[in-house]
Amino acid sequence: MSDLQVIGLNAWFGADRVLGDINMKVEAGRVTAIIGPSGCGKSTLLRCLNRMHEEVPNARVTGKVVYGDWDLYGPDVDPTDVRCHIGMVFQRPNPFPTMTVLENVVAGLRLRGHYDRASLHDNAERAMRLAGVWDELKDRLNRPGGRLSGGQAQRLCIARALAVGPDMLLMDEPASALDPISTQQIEDTIQELKETVTIVIVTHNMQQAARISDRTAFMLRESHDRPSALIEYDETRVMFTAPTDKRTEAYITGRFG
Amino acid sequence: MTARKAASTLFMGALWVAGLVAVIPLVLIVYYVLLKGLPAVHVGFFTQTAPPPGVPGGGMSQAMWGTGLIVGMATLISVPLGVLTAVYLSEFGRGRLAVGVRFVAEILLSTPSIVAGAFIWALVVVAMHSFSALAGAIALTVLMWPIITRATEETLRLVPDELREAALALGVPRWKMVLRIVIPTAGSGILTAVMLAVARGFGETAPILLTSLGNDFLNTNPLQPTDAVPLRIYNYAQSAFPAWQTLAWGGAITLLGAVLVLSIGARLLSDRQQRRLG
Repeated sequence: MSDLQVIGLNAWFGADRVLGDINMKVEAGRVTAIIGPSGCGKSTLLRCLNRMHEEVPNARVTGKVVYGDWDLYGPDVDPTDVRCHIGMVFQRPNPFPTMTVLENVVAGLRLRGHYDRASLHDNAERAMRLAGVWDELKDRLNRPGGRLSGGQAQRLCIARALAVGPDMLLMDEPASALDPISTQQIEDTIQELKETVTIVIVTHNMQQAARISDRTAFMLRESHDRPSALIEYDETRVMFTAPTDKRTEAYITGRFG
Repeated sequence: MTARKAASTLFMGALWVAGLVAVIPLVLIVYYVLLKGLPAVHVGFFTQTAPPPGVPGGGMSQAMWGTGLIVGMATLISVPLGVLTAVYLSEFGRGRLAVGVRFVAEILLSTPSIVAGAFIWALVVVAMHSFSALAGAIALTVLMWPIITRATEETLRLVPDELREAALALGVPRWKMVLRIVIPTAGSGILTAVMLAVARGFGETAPILLTSLGNDFLNTNPLQPTDAVPLRIYNYAQSAFPAWQTLAWGGAITLLGAVLVLSIGARLLSDRQQRRLG
């Protein structure tokens, strides 16, 4: 695990500059939460960290993201390599419907050319244990992946992301489509995962950020003709008890957003 | 409340009537074709070739084999072509080239089939100095390619973007994501598109007439004139001999049966996929 440095990052959708000059350091082995009102560019920032933003037509990024001493936007960098080291979990659980549970978990490995059955199975078990779904799904490995409950499907997706062996996991509101019990399970999973992977989680649920994160970043887009900015970034307990910026305080105390 | 109920009953009734009106022609066609054609359908119908004028009996085996040969070759050409075009349009195509390709497919989709026949006649038959099954297959490709392309593109677009993103986020290259995630997920839709196109190919008469000509005898050489079922129906239906007219009706049964089997097959496959995707 290494720290990840975001340096002077800007992002565009077409002509719309949505992120303006973001600078932050994601610390290795900790959980970093990104909070802010809807449309503040939290997800876009997250997607810039593993080069997923550029997959959107007409989307563009400038600035630097440096992981350890690896410049992720360097000229010779293959984005697929970046994504193997920095995995991603999405808002809506998205298991591959044509694959079984097991095939889903090892999909990343198989599609990158690993075919050894025994090692794939070992990898799947390890990833599913980490994601906390092994006990529930170990007897249903050959069932279709598309027929799980929302919470199980989401933890399956976490297992799928972990199986590739990333040391950082980006989570884009991973529990916002789930019921409270499943949300609780996802949060427990995150707490256990931080032993092995660095986690960056986008959430619009401030209680969730306060519960699970070590550091919190607050983002805000103050008007449509200006890009979103990183307003404040600090230890979570500081952010939620003694924020420096008036806008952070206003957001956290529920005066807008 | 009663007014609402009355309106609901009224519209429900109207919908039933509309549904019945849509079904009536189909029922009549099937009934009439069976009535007229069943006398022609016996073992000889599938094993014998065209009878001489005025002689009873005979069959259409040469036309069935010919249709199989022509439509088979057309399918072999148009399926890869159509699916690849659709993948390009849905997954990679941006900008002017994609707009152009989509426009061409749309124009071809509404091109009268006889135009496709005349075009391939001028292009292939004249150049090769011979009518042939191959020319027929190419003419059918002109009709089948846009059907497969448009229908497949629609299905590919129904695949949720979340699945594409999930695959990309695992570090899977784009082409592999398309090949291993998008296409399998769209699988039954693509098959349905292919079956639609094949069904269209079975029934086309005009392009075959101008390119493959027809043949009273069984021919398996793709470079020779070859018979086809719709062509035989066209010829026999206008003839003065009752035996030939009965054979034409028999041919109609064969075509209806083939299209029915294809449609049911497509339906079963897509149902199975639907259940699997649950």
